[in-house]
Amino acid sequence: MAVVTIENVDIVFGDNKAQTLPLMDKGHSRDEIIGMTGDVVGVQNASIEVNEGEICVLMGLSGSGKSTLLRAVNGLNKIARGRCLVRDGDNMVDMAKCDDATLRHMRTHRVSMVFQSFALMPWLTVLENVAFGLEMQGMPKTERLIKAREQLKMVSLDQWADKKPDELSGGMRQRVGLARAFAMDTDVLLMDEPFSALDPLIRTQLQDELIELQRRLNKTIIFVSHDLDEALKIGTKIAIMESAKIIQEDTPEQIVLNPATEYVENFVAHTNPLNVLLGNSLMTPLSELAIQNDKVIMENGMWLELTDEKLTSVQNLEGEVPTVSWTPNMVLDNIPNNAIFIVPANIAMRDAVNIRYHSKHFMVLEENEKCVGILNDHNFYHALLGKHFGRDTNAA
Amino acid sequence: MNWLTDNKIPLGAWMENFVDWLVIAASGFFDLISIVLETMIVSMVDMIESAHPLVVIGIILVGVWFLHRSIGLLVFITAALLFIINMGYWVETIQTLVLVVSATTISVLIGVPIGIAAAHRPWLYTMLRPILDLMQTIPTFVYLIPTLILFGLGYVPGLISTIIFAIAAPIRLTYLGVSKVPNELLEAGLAFGCTKSKLLYKVELPAAMPNIMAGVTQCIMLSLSMVVIAALVGADGLGKPVVRALNTVNISQGFEAGIAIVLVAIMLDRICKSPSAKSEG
Repeated sequence: MAVVTIENVDIVFGDNKAQTLPLMDKGHSRDEIIGMTGDVVGVQNASIEVNEGEICVLMGLSGSGKSTLLRAVNGLNKIARGRCLVRDGDNMVDMAKCDDATLRHMRTHRVSMVFQSFALMPWLTVLENVAFGLEMQGMPKTERLIKAREQLKMVSLDQWADKKPDELSGGMRQRVGLARAFAMDTDVLLMDEPFSALDPLIRTQLQDELIELQRRLNKTIIFVSHDLDEALKIGTKIAIMESAKIIQEDTPEQIVLNPATEYVENFVAHTNPLNVLLGNSLMTPLSELAIQNDKVIMENGMWLELTDEKLTSVQNLEGEVPTVSWTPNMVLDNIPNNAIFIVPANIAMRDAVNIRYHSKHFMVLEENEKCVGILNDHNFYHALLGKHFGRDTNAA
Repeated sequence: MNWLTDNKIPLGAWMENFVDWLVIAASGFFDLISIVLETMIVSMVDMIESAHPLVVIGIILVGVWFLHRSIGLLVFITAALLFIINMGYWVETIQTLVLVVSATTISVLIGVPIGIAAAHRPWLYTMLRPILDLMQTIPTFVYLIPTLILFGLGYVPGLISTIIFAIAAPIRLTYLGVSKVPNELLEAGLAFGCTKSKLLYKVELPAAMPNIMAGVTQCIMLSLSMVVIAALVGADGLGKPVVRALNTVNISQGFEAGIAIVLVAIMLDRICKSPSAKSEG
């Protein structure tokens, strides 16, 4: 169920929209338009749909329009053209056209926000900061302070309730920012590079906390980031933006496997594929292996015995080699290291590398009880070197 | 060159005509203001004068203790006020204090809203700026003359002149404070559903408060410096003995009254420095 639907949204900063919009339609670039009308194109023809429970990450370099687009969802940025629909019960409210009262209702009950620079009020205590939005909802004082304290407990800052924000570290301040947004009980959460201002260890920790909170609360989150590793870790869907346009929108794995342009590819080249890629996109499929009389010849004098594409045994010259069916969270230490692992096709690359490290052998991938391919060192090196880009192989 | 001097622009005459016109057209209005303010100030002065000086000092001390909780400040204020009583300037000091407090209150009540309005409307500040510059740079004696004509002798022309001179400080600093509220705080306010007025009271004003308080402090100091000059148009207070001493070349009287003014200035400065505005000094 779509909670946020952005349809053909243009955002323009400046006073000459009447001239700028036709120029955009004629295909003039952002730089040309600044020269011609003085207006800055913030977002051009962006469309995206975010469903309930999804974390959609808007990714891009600074100035690519990702924060601008995010701010359209709660009406902080005016939309020049197009629609930005946000679910309110059974209705979809168009944030571009609704009146002030509706806008305020959406901001207090449907959409809340976390800021890169925390944006805590320095004259309020931590507790009062968390209660700020509740006050705007019109909740009575004692009630909102109780609720704010619960939220602080959730981000384990309850003993800091009476301190001022400037007495807290950056990581703690952003946890207050998170608590303030979560306190609103809104379905939609906008996060504008919330962890970018923090150092790497704290950032990782807060990312984990967010994933954990999301598991419990199941919000619809739109998250802005310039860090693809963060996007891949958090996002269920990633939209990559370049100079005001969305250039690719896909699942994390597809972004890494099939970058649409060189720009995306540059991002992907600097990420760690271990957390993203799955076995079936890494493997050498059965169809590419040499099969003779239902035997597949492997390294070290081993071969696979197949019947109707189903693995019956792994053999070498001395007889049958033991096999182990892998399951998630399996403890590998107790398994003899000469065994061949049989793993599900959608195994994470990190798990596969772990198994390879333990067994020192290839592994066999199965899907619906059929052997679909094998994974060996070559496949891992291929992925680690970024040779798996769809574009690269086509070009080569 | 001769042509230039022969054809003098009658700027002064215009101003005079304007004031004359004001006197005729709006004398009732100015008289009303004059009566209201005069009554207010005189009754306040009378009330404080009628109390025993030690009682007044006691009340001041309690107030200061409540604000600052500093023994040192209490000792200084007690010593300073007792010294002023000893010099024989108690009544004048009360008159001056009442005038300063009234001028500051009125300046802040008018100046802060103007500052806020200017911060929200850049064109308004562009218009205001030359007027504020004019009010602060024109020699203060110059606008004593029209205020004297419009409001007659006494406290009121002094008060009005003081307000004209001092009101620029709260306007400027309120403008500064409100216009430099960090954008992310405004965005946060809006994102959590502030209306325009909530945004003003819950975000902009608290964020601008250190600057506004600095404006109030400056306003008090400017008022005090003007109140002495106000003695020239008949406002009672510590300015009177100074002016009298100047006219009679009386060194001892001038010095004593001068010291009393300095003590009042230091006391007001110390009392006004609120703990939250420490950084502004």
